[in-house]
Amino acid sequence: MSLETHELLELKSKIGRNPTSTELQIVAAEWSEHCSYKSSKKHLKMLPMTGPLVINEKGYDSGVLDVGDGYVVTAHIESHNHPSAVEPFGGAATGVGGVIRDILSAGTRPIAIFDGLRFGDIEKDLQARWLFKNAVSGVAAYGNCLGIPTIGGEVEFDNCYQNYALVDVAAIGFGKKKNLIKNHAKKGDLVVLLGGSTGRDGIGGSQFASDSLETEDRSAIQIPDPFIEKLIIEAVLEARNEKLIHAMKDLGGGGLSCAISETADALDVGIKMDVQKVHTRESDMHPDEIMASESQERMLIITDKIKLKKLETICKKFHIECSVIGSVTSDNKMHVKKNEKTFANLPIDVVANATLLDLPSKKPEYLKTIENEKKLKIISDYSKTLMKILSSPNIASKIWVYGQYDHEVGIRTVIKPGGDASVLRLDNGKFLSAKIDGNPKQCYINPREGAIGCFEEACRNVVCTGAKPIGMLDHLQFGNPKDPEIFWTFLESLKGLTDFAKDFEIPCIGGKVSLYNETPAGPIKPTPVIGVLGLIEKKPLVPQKISESDCLVMIGNTKNEMGGSEYFEYVHKFVGGKCPTVNFSESKKNMKSVLEVIDNGLLKSVHDCSKGGLAVAVSELCMKNVIGCKISLEIIPGEKLDIDRLLFSESHSRYLLAFDKKNLKNLESLLKKNKVSFKLIGKFGGNKIQFVNGTKSIIDLRVDKTQKTWLNSLKDLVHS
Amino acid sequence: MKVGVVVFPGSNCDRDMYHVLTDVFNLDAQYFWHEKSLPKNIDAVILPGGFSYGDRLRAGVIAAHSPIIQDVKKLAEKGVPILGVCNGFQILVESGILPGVLLKNKSLNFMCEWTNLIVENNKTPFTNKFKLRQKIPIPIANGEGRYYADSDILKQLKKKNQIVFRYSQVVNGSSDRIAGVCNEEGNVVGMMPHPERAVESEINPVDNKPSSLIFESLLLKMGVSN
Repeated sequence: MSLETHELLELKSKIGRNPTSTELQIVAAEWSEHCSYKSSKKHLKMLPMTGPLVINEKGYDSGVLDVGDGYVVTAHIESHNHPSAVEPFGGAATGVGGVIRDILSAGTRPIAIFDGLRFGDIEKDLQARWLFKNAVSGVAAYGNCLGIPTIGGEVEFDNCYQNYALVDVAAIGFGKKKNLIKNHAKKGDLVVLLGGSTGRDGIGGSQFASDSLETEDRSAIQIPDPFIEKLIIEAVLEARNEKLIHAMKDLGGGGLSCAISETADALDVGIKMDVQKVHTRESDMHPDEIMASESQERMLIITDKIKLKKLETICKKFHIECSVIGSVTSDNKMHVKKNEKTFANLPIDVVANATLLDLPSKKPEYLKTIENEKKLKIISDYSKTLMKILSSPNIASKIWVYGQYDHEVGIRTVIKPGGDASVLRLDNGKFLSAKIDGNPKQCYINPREGAIGCFEEACRNVVCTGAKPIGMLDHLQFGNPKDPEIFWTFLESLKGLTDFAKDFEIPCIGGKVSLYNETPAGPIKPTPVIGVLGLIEKKPLVPQKISESDCLVMIGNTKNEMGGSEYFEYVHKFVGGKCPTVNFSESKKNMKSVLEVIDNGLLKSVHDCSKGGLAVAVSELCMKNVIGCKISLEIIPGEKLDIDRLLFSESHSRYLLAFDKKNLKNLESLLKKNKVSFKLIGKFGGNKIQFVNGTKSIIDLRVDKTQKTWLNSLKDLVHS
Repeated sequence: MKVGVVVFPGSNCDRDMYHVLTDVFNLDAQYFWHEKSLPKNIDAVILPGGFSYGDRLRAGVIAAHSPIIQDVKKLAEKGVPILGVCNGFQILVESGILPGVLLKNKSLNFMCEWTNLIVENNKTPFTNKFKLRQKIPIPIANGEGRYYADSDILKQLKKKNQIVFRYSQVVNGSSDRIAGVCNEEGNVVGMMPHPERAVESEINPVDNKPSSLIFESLLLKMGVSN
């Protein structure tokens, strides 16, 4: 939980003396994996980070995209895994709080939250169930209180998260381009700490998050207070409107240590501060504790003497504390005093720039045989199998989760959660579509193809709303990077994401790396989570009610790539096989064609095929519209495959298009023109979900019964 | 005609309400911070939703002691139309302007979903354009939204026609499926569902016209043509 021996020697040689205890605290926080990205930073540079819409400014914690007409969208993703695994309510809540402040730091108002939650097997493991329930409550309690809608996300359960939790939170902000904070500072400017008081919570939190989870170090866990955060948001936005902020940074991992050193580093200045001026929760806090505390709901603002008065008036209105803790200097040093006594005085570049590592990597042994398929037991009743999958925790409706999140506040939510991507209306008449996706089951089998798959799936989801992908957020979650096999999986995933981003010209606008996600039982499966933002210039495709005799066209080929599928893992309890791969040119062609048919107003609804395959995707369309559908399996696009493959393969780049039959001709000619692989595979009507192979009935389920199971099984499980 | 939107620390639907009043219904709306006073000649007051004081102690109970509540009380007595939505309703109840109390939902969870209301009283300034028993598709979003009144108060409410909205089905376990009530005079209305989230077709997946009537009723009451 502190500096390693070689790092201590390095620090000593750089500063030419023994560090003080406060200096050790500061450097240990800033050089931790969590804050310094020392294992990953060298490699992250491979991702494309620029593009025509990307606005790059120094010192931003969130990505900024120009959405036209003088408006910008900001976005960021963070996780709060270690704390959530110990205290799920507080861990998840502070996870929301942290990423919201990153959005606020750029000077934009947070307008949406997404959460990606992962736990162990909640069917068997009661602790996993407890973690799940409380993490959901934590996200709800914090986001709802702030009045920022949680409009989407994903929940997944896998044995690899036993005794652990992944809580990822992404946030989106919106504002005027001219209101973006242009971070700058000059000598004599004041350094102000605004918001909640500094207490003894979250001490050493970033180091805690940079190690395997073996102890329940509760003092390393932060305590959430969304009410204070709400007041900070309003106060900061008022201060922004009055142009009182020269530079701003939120206090997150590493507390004051990191906020001070990173701000000074980004602005190329020094900062002199007095811990005595920090408003604290307890009177007897040691400087080391004040510098290391990760108490939440705090912002660091740089302003000048004249503007300070106005800033203080705003803070007084909201009854939030605001202390001048120091000033900007020109010596590029971080100088921490208590009254007149110096506790730390370090060159900024030493603190803020940990030596980056180039860790060894090696292809894991398990991958040699992972693609071998075992002989599966024969399925005699596919209706039963589909019902089992639809009621499984990973596939069942997540309405129990998003029903606890206020997803309407802010009155922007055009497409609500529960579908593919969610859509927000923006003030310039355009629409923003967003989705996050992960797939650790596939990433375990093939870290590269699995990561690409997550990226493509998130793109597919926004495409289904009529949006063109304009930016990506990546959150790379792995085990201990010092294990060469784990580091290899990290690099493979990163390379895959880079290739896709470059080929599709979707810039990475922000991200996060979370390593050491391990418990004594071992590392998690590689879990990259990808967020994609899409822009809709005219009108989103709001799903319309599908009715009797509407048609269903399927785009994209179904392939024999079952590795990591719900069918293999949930039905057959088999981890292995070949995982789906994305053919870039097909993928692009299909995306473009779907957007074109949406633009031409030919569709009622589009849904992508992903987890659970074709059978689940068709069922979801039927259950949402409370209408039956008959699918002919012998005409599914792609090579000839066994029935179980056709039903449950999770091949990428596939879409289901529902439309009025009068549009069939236009649709077919457009798809033919684009040389897309497609087939008219079924018709809607009646009250049954039916799959047939020639004349043979394969699946025959009543929509109402299926819907009831799908809607209630997660809730029933949680309450059982 | 001027409508005041009261803002408490932690209000979070104030901007949504303001948008609907100004951009959708072309009204002259103005925010009033809870420590300020309300002008005596104001035409209507709305207490929007949110989490005033982070719902500490009990939703609405601290905000009920805000200085501005004294002005709200005086205006209520004068017969000025006053609407409390969600947390605004909780504040009106906690300050004694409206009867009853709001408890945790029966599920003990925060609930965000679309429901249907039935109009039970179409004589208030916020319901005069409705037909009796008219249905309103509208979303709820609350954790403490279960209206509760004991049998004596319930009797009074029925007798004085103070039940303004009921849920068409059991939603959260509220007494008699009550979703909104008014004072005896009928000028103060409190409701848990959010009409400001339902008046624009772009974000209303069902039908935005019924919810719009809540605001159009106010316009009619004030004699403003829209």
